[in-house]
Amino acid sequence: MKTDISDLRGDFPILDQLVNDEPLTYLDNAATAQKPNQVVAALTHFYQTDNANVHRGVHTLAERATVAYEDARHKVTHFINAAEPAEVIFTKGATDSLNLIASTYGEANIEAGDEIVISIMEHHSNLIPWQQLVLRKHATLKYIELTPTGELDMADADTKITDKTKIVAVAHASNVMGTVNPIVALTKMAHQHGAIMVCDGAQAVPHMPVDVQALDVDFYAFSGHKMMAPTGIGVLYGKRDLLAAMPPYQFGGEMINFVHRYESTWNELPWKFEAGTQNIAGAVGLGAAIDYLENLGMSNVQAHEQQLVNSLLPQLTADHQIEVYGPNDPVRHTGVIAFNIKGLHPHDVATALDMEGVAVRAGHHCAQPLMETLGLVATARASLYIYNTQDDVDRLIHALNETKEFFSHELIKAE
Amino acid sequence: MSLSKLNSLYREVILDHADHPHHKHALTDATTTMTVKNPTCGDVINLDIDLNEDDVITNIGFTGEGCTISQSSASMMSDAVLGKTKDDALKMAKTFSDMVMGKQHYQADLDELDDAAILSSIVSFPARIKCATLSWWALQRALLSNQQEESDGEA
Repeated sequence: MKTDISDLRGDFPILDQLVNDEPLTYLDNAATAQKPNQVVAALTHFYQTDNANVHRGVHTLAERATVAYEDARHKVTHFINAAEPAEVIFTKGATDSLNLIASTYGEANIEAGDEIVISIMEHHSNLIPWQQLVLRKHATLKYIELTPTGELDMADADTKITDKTKIVAVAHASNVMGTVNPIVALTKMAHQHGAIMVCDGAQAVPHMPVDVQALDVDFYAFSGHKMMAPTGIGVLYGKRDLLAAMPPYQFGGEMINFVHRYESTWNELPWKFEAGTQNIAGAVGLGAAIDYLENLGMSNVQAHEQQLVNSLLPQLTADHQIEVYGPNDPVRHTGVIAFNIKGLHPHDVATALDMEGVAVRAGHHCAQPLMETLGLVATARASLYIYNTQDDVDRLIHALNETKEFFSHELIKAE
Repeated sequence: MSLSKLNSLYREVILDHADHPHHKHALTDATTTMTVKNPTCGDVINLDIDLNEDDVITNIGFTGEGCTISQSSASMMSDAVLGKTKDDALKMAKTFSDMVMGKQHYQADLDELDDAAILSSIVSFPARIKCATLSWWALQRALLSNQQEESDGEA
């Protein structure tokens, strides 16, 4: 097992560069993760050796490409502990996966008067598909609110999820506050009322062990690019019975069985939901990223990030000039931390940090209803991954101190 | 100490305008009002303008939230266009836009912008150009009398 972090950084040449004359400190992993050499090499190998279209030919390359593509599906199946590969559908990413559910299961099952329950901490990708679905169907969208510490209010969830609820859709981990949500408990609640449970795992799968059967969720969505795979590949997991009963998402090649002039029949799972030529190389890259993560061990990945959060979060919360949003307890926190320097706009902070080589996100993080609820326009957000080190944490803290000093000095001078 | 580079952006004048913005208030019964948003960061500028019968800007005020750059830019823009005709103000908006985009412009036109010309340094901070242009964009929309709420969807 390879767990030496200094060893790991060599797999990511992009990290070894100067940005604004300072060593790059990449802390925007919740937006997208960097890709190790192993993933890039897998893409190169596929394109240089095996490239062909899948499931469509009898020639050798077509067979090799098909094996590579379906091998990636097997890796995903094992990685999230799906019951079988038929339950793993390749998509463009978590957004595409969630839209797929809303457009197929949602269209077929939601009727006027039905209710869909989501949480106020959802990313727009797990909010707008449901918002638009209820508008089309004259159904109702309800929000589970937050506790003062930025966690889901489970008492509120208990009142919002009722026998009228048909779908509950909640993020496994918040892309803003780093909160980890109690998916098992929510799923039980949903099932008790006959609703299905949809989980947005975009911020969880890259960072912690995920077992979809243990969670007992009905659907689970995530993106490849946040777990070091290429952009444009993602996964929708769904329970076989539900997937089998759902109408197709898109129509075209691959997803059909027989096509006649005036009617068609659909391919079996999972290909029923994979119309047209898929992102074959992307799937191969995702398989390589999963190999990389499994080689490290997801428990080790989680422990490494936890160690960095244990250092970073208390330093931020102890600073009276900094406001942190979300749980203050490092143990209940992923490596995603939203904060502001009091009196400074996060865009100004992010520009200053960038001058120190530190890359963070600033903005509303595609969670405008959450920002509104927190009474904020925007925040800065630092997010960690496996190749980050204590050095990166120290550089962020140093750069924040420099930023505070720069602006306080300049503001005093200006008066 | 690479924050020294920030001095070229956060000049004293800019920080002063951000800290003590001029014309930061709503106008009652303004002849034209415009709200623009930058959806990428959530910044909002509400701009109120009084135009008289000769199309001269006789009063201007803004409210809203935003970063140092967007707030100071709104303050400097308001200073610069107050008392100007609609056509002159639109020309200044064009000059400002050309300046921050690094396009060709004339020094004489820059001089018209007063303090706002200092934001030419934003060229070195491409991620922040939208912050600087938000209020000027509100001005353009207001003067062209497109009175509905709009989002800044383009760079």
